[in-house]
Amino acid sequence: MTDTALGRDTESPRLREVRDAYAAMTRTKQMYGGIVLLVFVALMTSGFMLADSRNAGGFWDGILNIFIFPGEVVSEAVEKAALLPALMLKFFPSLIETVNIAAASTLVGALLAIVLSLLSTRGLARFPRLIPLFRRLMDISRAVPEIVIALVLIFVLGGGPVPAMIAIAFHTTGALGKLFSEVNENASMKPVEGLASVGASWTQRMLLGVVPQVAPNWLSYALLRFEINIRASAILGFVGAGGIGYDLKNAFSWGQGRYDAVAAIFILLFLTIVFFDQLSGHFRNKLVGKV
Amino acid sequence: MTAIADIPALSDRPTLSVQKDAATALIARKRVIAISVPLVILTYFIYLFFAFDVPGLLGRARMDNAAVLVADSYSHKTHITHDNRRGGLSIAIEGENKGTYPKGMTPEFVTMSGENTARIALKAGESAVIDGPVLRYIVPGYGTVAAMVEGRKITLETPDGRVPDWISASSSRVTISGKGGRASVTRARTEVFRYSFGWELFWFTLDSPFYGKSPDDLLRLALSGDHVVAGQSNLAAMVHDVWNNAMWRHKDVLWALFETVLMAFLGTMGAAIIALPLAFFAARNFTSVATVRFGVRRLFDFVRGVDGLIWTIILSRAFGPGPLTGSLAILLTDTGSFGKMFSEALENVDNKQIEGITSTGARPLQRYRFGVIPQITPILLSQVLYYLESNTRSATIIGAITGGGIGLLLTQAIITQKDWEEVAYYIALIILMVMAMDWFSGWLRRKLIAGSESGH
Repeated sequence: MTDTALGRDTESPRLREVRDAYAAMTRTKQMYGGIVLLVFVALMTSGFMLADSRNAGGFWDGILNIFIFPGEVVSEAVEKAALLPALMLKFFPSLIETVNIAAASTLVGALLAIVLSLLSTRGLARFPRLIPLFRRLMDISRAVPEIVIALVLIFVLGGGPVPAMIAIAFHTTGALGKLFSEVNENASMKPVEGLASVGASWTQRMLLGVVPQVAPNWLSYALLRFEINIRASAILGFVGAGGIGYDLKNAFSWGQGRYDAVAAIFILLFLTIVFFDQLSGHFRNKLVGKV
Repeated sequence: MTAIADIPALSDRPTLSVQKDAATALIARKRVIAISVPLVILTYFIYLFFAFDVPGLLGRARMDNAAVLVADSYSHKTHITHDNRRGGLSIAIEGENKGTYPKGMTPEFVTMSGENTARIALKAGESAVIDGPVLRYIVPGYGTVAAMVEGRKITLETPDGRVPDWISASSSRVTISGKGGRASVTRARTEVFRYSFGWELFWFTLDSPFYGKSPDDLLRLALSGDHVVAGQSNLAAMVHDVWNNAMWRHKDVLWALFETVLMAFLGTMGAAIIALPLAFFAARNFTSVATVRFGVRRLFDFVRGVDGLIWTIILSRAFGPGPLTGSLAILLTDTGSFGKMFSEALENVDNKQIEGITSTGARPLQRYRFGVIPQITPILLSQVLYYLESNTRSATIIGAITGGGIGLLLTQAIITQKDWEEVAYYIALIILMVMAMDWFSGWLRRKLIAGSESGH
């Protein structure tokens, strides 16, 4: 009985139609997938060849030389291993400056981001009509690479940590503002409405109704940003904005024979980044729980 | 006995008071935090104020630089220069060779009457006359300031004999900063600067036959059959002239932008391609050998911890300046980040789908392809696309260090300390580029992830 029923079903034109349609769909999907893959591979290879041709040194020459410079640094560092701790101590104040730049810019950026994100979240905004304006402001400040502001400010203010701090804070405002406003959107409106019903002002509603709900998530994002900003502040030092990056640039330009200083800075920077990575990871897990 | 009746009350009362104490303590703690956190932040800022030497910075700040920067970014200045040693006048935009007016061609505010004589109409009613080695600067309501080179000395005459604060004078140099223009006289040259609004020569340079034509005229020319440049259609000639504009270098700028995006693209995608297979070795549920897992994870941590800056320096030593170096630096750093994120995503995959596919007799590679990859695709794609946008910004910075892309052009323009209109132009382009990448990656993310949710 069942056999015949099954047999009749497989023969049914409706089923065949569905099966054919499914097979056709799979074929088109596979074809599209293949085309996308092909285009991607073509883009990657042609892009690589183009980058290779516009580079001063070719890829294949470079890949053979890649260990020469690290080798020189390591061999010099090993040779003068006894001097390394003293050098690291010498560069420690610059390292503190780099970390300070990152911390200050994260703080300033986060504070501005809090205000901007509250002003640009639907339902919480103080001036609902101005939401698009504040959003565009965040988009623009997010799009500006730190180096742009840093270089311009160095021209006006002279080299030092402040241009770097302002530059990183500006970008951080936009980057955190976007993340913060996503967090704000998920906040429950009940405490806010409750506070509104007893006549709380906007600032009170935000401080007492919204901030306690979203603070852990904000803090977690800010910690992640701090980690990123340490790297950014080291890089900005390299273009003249003070901190360990500036020392690295100088040590680097002294050339061979002084690579022990380069090695010392490499080690310091590596340890710092790993340390703050672990620290912020630990606290972020504590704040929002491991995903 | 009262004692018996008291027992429940006694056991109740302490809990209540304990709860009350706990609540009071909690509120007190919160109050302390609410006061101390802003205090700590404030103290930190006060410390920074001195650590960053803000008072000294305010003293060193060059507000005149800022004024020049702002003025130059939306306007251009024309230099009218008299060579006091050899004679002869030249008019050049921004004082640059490529912006020099050819003989017989002058902007409308300059009237030349002879080889060494010119009258320049400045703004705010002011005007200046260069008559060989003599410069007369006429300010309405004040009078005429005259500065002349006499042998080895420069003399200055003002209507009332005193030197106002907008003129600085010494025996070797006189600088007049009026409301409508500036002028300077040295032994070598007498120069008048006139600021005009806008970016001059943005489309056509002075040597182009299309310079100074209105958009209407240009459109008519583009459509007409008479060739301005022999053997080339007008449209092609226009495109050629704009593309090869020596002042704004549109060709180089576009190439530089493209190089920057290329760096970000190659770096991000290369990192994803390398990190994906490695992530399987770092995920607990795919690699049971703890040492392999540990090794791969530490490798990820290492490349991430060394940081883009150090990779950039090391790689630029081996590969020299250029986009390839930047791509590889991004690739190395992001391999670590991607490896970490991908392996975390892999550890969270649902085993049921893999078991289901195994039950159909799939080989390991097929299990990964059909059981694992579809599950992590959305996370993977959104991370990769997010990094693509963020790396466009990194590529600008890395380009400034290694020497490639728009970052290099920007640093070069800033180092000259006078091409601020170019700096403004590059900054606008960089922001547009990053916003375009942001929009593009967001669009692609919505497209691809929505597509994969509808059925894979």
